[in-house]
Amino acid sequence: MKTSKVSRRVTALAALLFTGTATFGGNKVRPPQEPGAELRKAPRAASSWRNPYGGQADAVLAGKKLFGKHCVSCHGEDAAGIDKAPSLRSPVMRSATAGVLLWFLKNGNRREGMPSWSKLPDQQLWQLVAYLQSLGSEGSASQ
Amino acid sequence: MKGICYSFIATRLLIAAVLLSARATGQENYFVTYDQHLEEPGNLEVSINPLIGKPPGGNAFVGSWMEFEYGATGWWTMEFYLDGQSTRRESTLFTGYRWENRFRPLAGEHWINPVFYVEFENVHGSDKILKDVVGFDSREDFGEPNAETHGEREREIETKLILGSQYRGWNISENFIAAKSFSNEPWEFGYALGVSRPLGLAATPRPCVFCRENFHAGLELYGGLGDAHSLTLRGTSHYLAPVLAWELANGTAMRISPTFGITGQSFPFLVRVGVSYEVAGFGRQVRRMFR
Repeated sequence: MKTSKVSRRVTALAALLFTGTATFGGNKVRPPQEPGAELRKAPRAASSWRNPYGGQADAVLAGKKLFGKHCVSCHGEDAAGIDKAPSLRSPVMRSATAGVLLWFLKNGNRREGMPSWSKLPDQQLWQLVAYLQSLGSEGSASQ
Repeated sequence: MKGICYSFIATRLLIAAVLLSARATGQENYFVTYDQHLEEPGNLEVSINPLIGKPPGGNAFVGSWMEFEYGATGWWTMEFYLDGQSTRRESTLFTGYRWENRFRPLAGEHWINPVFYVEFENVHGSDKILKDVVGFDSREDFGEPNAETHGEREREIETKLILGSQYRGWNISENFIAAKSFSNEPWEFGYALGVSRPLGLAATPRPCVFCRENFHAGLELYGGLGDAHSLTLRGTSHYLAPVLAWELANGTAMRISPTFGITGQSFPFLVRVGVSYEVAGFGRQVRRMFR
């Protein structure tokens, strides 16, 4: 009898936590965080990593497809950012090297809600980097 | 008043789920093994995963779990499961629920990435989803009639240490499981190992359905390791299961896994099938509806 009561309480608590805390508390809307500080955490060697797909039009197209699949829901169709997900056309992003962007995609910034994309193969991450580096600056037409 | 409030909230949540246009692609490549990757924050993945089997001398069954996986934060994913089963010539039953949480303690990517897993489960003895194997779980447990087992209640806490690595497109994952029933039974142990890889590493420039990058192939090995009184491989069941996963462009993913038992206590053969659908930005859309 006691166990049954405990079980019901655990169930109620579980339901409350699942629907409430996670949805409303876990992802509080805050202003976009500039990724500059995180990009600076990249190891020095990352700056010298070269994109094997650099300058390839097909890689930019493939990167655009991957962006649509994995990134659009947070950063928007035009990569200008939504809620706390920052714009990917900002000067900080545009000045980052391909290697630093790859490092950031692989590591993410979980505290700020940016997941690690290490589940994607390096080839696809480089294609994403090629697309990100092809984006125009803020205010320019979306590509 | 309370009833109205609940139905109002439920209706809005339902509308949110239906109207959401942003979709992402689920990328779960295993059925039993967990890798180190959590759900993206704010995304909700809904999946259904039937398991088809027939115990020797018993009736064929379909056990199934429905899974709601939500990325609460970048380091915390929670899942809620509803289990059920249907046994030929017997009955179709709801067999219970599970609530799990996964926490990723370290920032950044490492050579080996740990994830902590805690699950509470409240299921009937008739549960047949075989979501993991611990202790001395065996196929004999599945041969008993539903009428006898449905009255048994099993409540337990299950913990896992998940270790995962990425190497040249390969995912390599190891799970170490310890489960404790709320009744007076000893801790039970189990393991699950998995490797998987996309069939194509680079993406093609144009959208496609059947291109290699959309397929993942993998292999799982899992089984029981006895309990706190007898930590052993003897008398435990173990399975080897190839897995093929296929991601479709609209947020849907499908998986299939023919599963082979490799000890006398295991089912000789099982088939697992899974279909999942991921709703990207679910949390954000729901918050907006209540703002």
